[in-house]
Amino acid sequence: MTDIALNPAAVSAKPTRRDIGLKRRYAAERRFKLYGITAIAIGIFFLCALLYSVLSNGYTAFWQTEVNLSINLDPKIIDPDNKRATDPNVLLTANYPVLARNALAEKLGVSSSDRAGLRELSKLFSEGVRGQLRELVVKNPSLIGTTQNVWVLTGADIDSAFKGQIDLGVDQSRRKVSDKQVEWMNKLKSEGVMAQRFNTGLFTYGASSRPETSGLGVALIGSLYMMLIVLFLSLPIGVAASIYLEEYAKKSRLTDIIEVNINNLAAVPSIVFGLLGLAVFINFFHMPRSASLVGGLVLTLMTLPTIIIATRAALRAVPPSIRAAALGIGASKTQMVFHHVLPLAAPGILTGTIIGLAHALGETAPLLLIGMVAFVANSPVTPLDPATALPVQIYMWANEAERAFVERTSGAIIVLLLFLAVMNITAIILRRRFERRW
Amino acid sequence: MSTSLVFLIVVAIGVVGYFLGRQRALSKDSGSVKLHSLPHYHGWWVFLASALPAILFLAVWAAATSLYLERTAISELPARTADTVIASQSLELGMVSGIARGLNKLSSEEKANLPQTFAELRPLLSAKGVALAQDGQDYMIPIAVEWNKNSVRANTIGGVIALALAVAGAIFGLSGVHVRARARNNVERIILGALLAASTIAILTTVGIILSMLFQTMTFFQSVSPAGFFFGTVWDPRFAAAGAEGSQGQFGLIPLLGGTIYIAFVAMLFAVPVGLFSAIYMAEYASPRVRSVVKPLLEVLAGIPTIVYGFFALVTVGPFLRDLSAALSGGYAFIQAQSVLTAGIVMGVMLIPFVSSLSDDIITAVPGSLRDGSLGLGSTRSETIRRVVLPAALPGIVGALLLTASRAIGETMIVVLAAGVAANININPFDAMTTITVKIVNQLTGDLEFNSPQTLVAFALGLTLFFITLAMNIFALYIVRKYREQYE
Repeated sequence: MTDIALNPAAVSAKPTRRDIGLKRRYAAERRFKLYGITAIAIGIFFLCALLYSVLSNGYTAFWQTEVNLSINLDPKIIDPDNKRATDPNVLLTANYPVLARNALAEKLGVSSSDRAGLRELSKLFSEGVRGQLRELVVKNPSLIGTTQNVWVLTGADIDSAFKGQIDLGVDQSRRKVSDKQVEWMNKLKSEGVMAQRFNTGLFTYGASSRPETSGLGVALIGSLYMMLIVLFLSLPIGVAASIYLEEYAKKSRLTDIIEVNINNLAAVPSIVFGLLGLAVFINFFHMPRSASLVGGLVLTLMTLPTIIIATRAALRAVPPSIRAAALGIGASKTQMVFHHVLPLAAPGILTGTIIGLAHALGETAPLLLIGMVAFVANSPVTPLDPATALPVQIYMWANEAERAFVERTSGAIIVLLLFLAVMNITAIILRRRFERRW
Repeated sequence: MSTSLVFLIVVAIGVVGYFLGRQRALSKDSGSVKLHSLPHYHGWWVFLASALPAILFLAVWAAATSLYLERTAISELPARTADTVIASQSLELGMVSGIARGLNKLSSEEKANLPQTFAELRPLLSAKGVALAQDGQDYMIPIAVEWNKNSVRANTIGGVIALALAVAGAIFGLSGVHVRARARNNVERIILGALLAASTIAILTTVGIILSMLFQTMTFFQSVSPAGFFFGTVWDPRFAAAGAEGSQGQFGLIPLLGGTIYIAFVAMLFAVPVGLFSAIYMAEYASPRVRSVVKPLLEVLAGIPTIVYGFFALVTVGPFLRDLSAALSGGYAFIQAQSVLTAGIVMGVMLIPFVSSLSDDIITAVPGSLRDGSLGLGSTRSETIRRVVLPAALPGIVGALLLTASRAIGETMIVVLAAGVAANININPFDAMTTITVKIVNQLTGDLEFNSPQTLVAFALGLTLFFITLAMNIFALYIVRKYREQYE
């Protein structure tokens, strides 16, 4: 007996498991799982790459290099013929950059006869100094003759060099900043006169051909107007349409057509809405081109399906017992809807609206077609004035070649993404806070 | 009397009507017979009866007035001859209305001795902040004066009628207030009408899209034959602008359509495996904790505006691929910075969340009993997914992919920045190609005259795009709906 039990042959004779390729199948299983993980990793990698690319290019845009100058507002230069009392144009057309150049020359010890040196010197600061000093003097002409301490923007190239974005190792003929300018820059830096300051201009300036004086001011106002128009038009219309479809409409051919329409409109390419806006609002109704009103109307039509779909879902989520109870104590159908169902659906409607608005805020293509790709330097006052929008401004800057514009474009994208993040987080918080499960 | 003032007065009459109506209803409530409607419904009814007809009338009147003003101005304009300076009648009309608007800002003293020539008038108006085009003509000034006179007259007549309507409506509403009056039903009927009107806006939008594009397309086809557009293989709109007789083929759709489909194809080639595998992993393998982190992260990709993707392609992906190809081949960059590949990959990244969240929903909707059955028979999880879950989810996934593809075809900003503008037909994904949407943007963002074939072609392209995506969407919805019926 023990013999048999110990016999190795007998052990091996035990029926072996049929080879069903388990090893291979488990390997396939692991591979399959790995594909999934890889796919997710690719997605997240691209998300990180995108955000990194924008952030690393753009965070410097929020600081701008400026130089502090004690500028002598010399009446001999501003008003050589002493006619400012009679001719208001004198103060508007005076040669302000020379004042800044002289102040800088004095500080750096460049003699006034060194023409080449002076020319290089005036490239240190931005042409925008003209407007800056003009505003100062026109607002308060009594300043003429005094010496004022003013922070002046540096030119875009100096700004890039100051931020270390220009490789100073290459020969000076092959970069935009000369050795002399770098030397001056370092001197001013060590004296603490040239420094990076928070870039308020990014949020206030309008369009400009110079990177350092171009900003998002016009675009922010334009986008704000458009968002207000979208909110005040698409929310009431969308809610009204959803209430009709969800609470009143009987199944009929008309409601069927409306439903199919809404679903299709939600998937129509956004650029088609731009064509609609161009043909109907601008060519047929003769509304002004580039105006935020037209942009707002186009975006409203684009956002409506999103809001209607979200609102209908919110209305559907209100349980029928609420309706039955309201009707049971004698409310009319309209009272039932407006007094009971709508307030309960409000959080859902609000969430959908915010998401729709966020979508509209980032939309570019339709706005290009209604002429919002415009060089608008002055802030729009009414929605009928020419304006641009935040994403359109990004598009226009993206087409500029200069390095400084890449920085500003990324900065603008960061601003846009921040707005979108705030809107979406608000929507999520609203949903978490007020969502009711029945 | 300006229209906005009349509007305000009408609303004020309505508000007064509301309070009077409510008051009257309250006074009728003797206590013996209950009012049919609550007092504020009577108030609302009076408000609507007075304000609504008047406001509707004002809107119609304003539209009619502007039409009338244009008609009279056109009839007064000198006949157009070969040596008329202004290019088109609509331009002339615009100048006249501009002058008229400017004249309104002048003081009465300045109006009394109005300069007779445009050259003198222009600086006067620009001092008031009204900028006018340089080439205004002297004959426009009297027409503009007439324009203003007509406009004032029309506004006065309209204003008086609107006010009369408002007062009459208020009296009518107030006289109807009595105990048995069904004010609530009246108000609710109007509310219902408003709700119905709001829901027809969706239809109006679609009709507007189709009609507006159809009309422009018809005009376009008067100068370019449909065959030349749909089957032409050369896209060179500027060539035809030189006045070449044989403009056929210059507006060829084929290279654009080819580029559109090619880029969308590359994008789908990238997005479908990545999106689908992420969806499968999240639906079948991931723990709830991983899922709650990864799903929102991928959905962030869907929330990023497409212009940001375009910029990403332009400054990061495009140069990276170009430098990579240069490094691989030892100096020669065989991938251009703007290429089908760049646009396709970046668009693919944008599409990942669409594919993954749509497929995720569909995969989770497959009933658990199917999985349990398969696992119970001894298959591994991946076998279950491949042989049971995916085939069951297939129609839904195909629908989702169709929806995604229609999005890829209609996508604009990524291709505008990353695909290039050269309309060539080639099969090399490393070269630049262009798409329908890029050309729509290109044709409409210049300073082109509106009625030339160069701009009208954009509407023909838009209509083509609209119908392609519409067909794909309808087909996708059809498939998705058909699939849903199986498990519900």
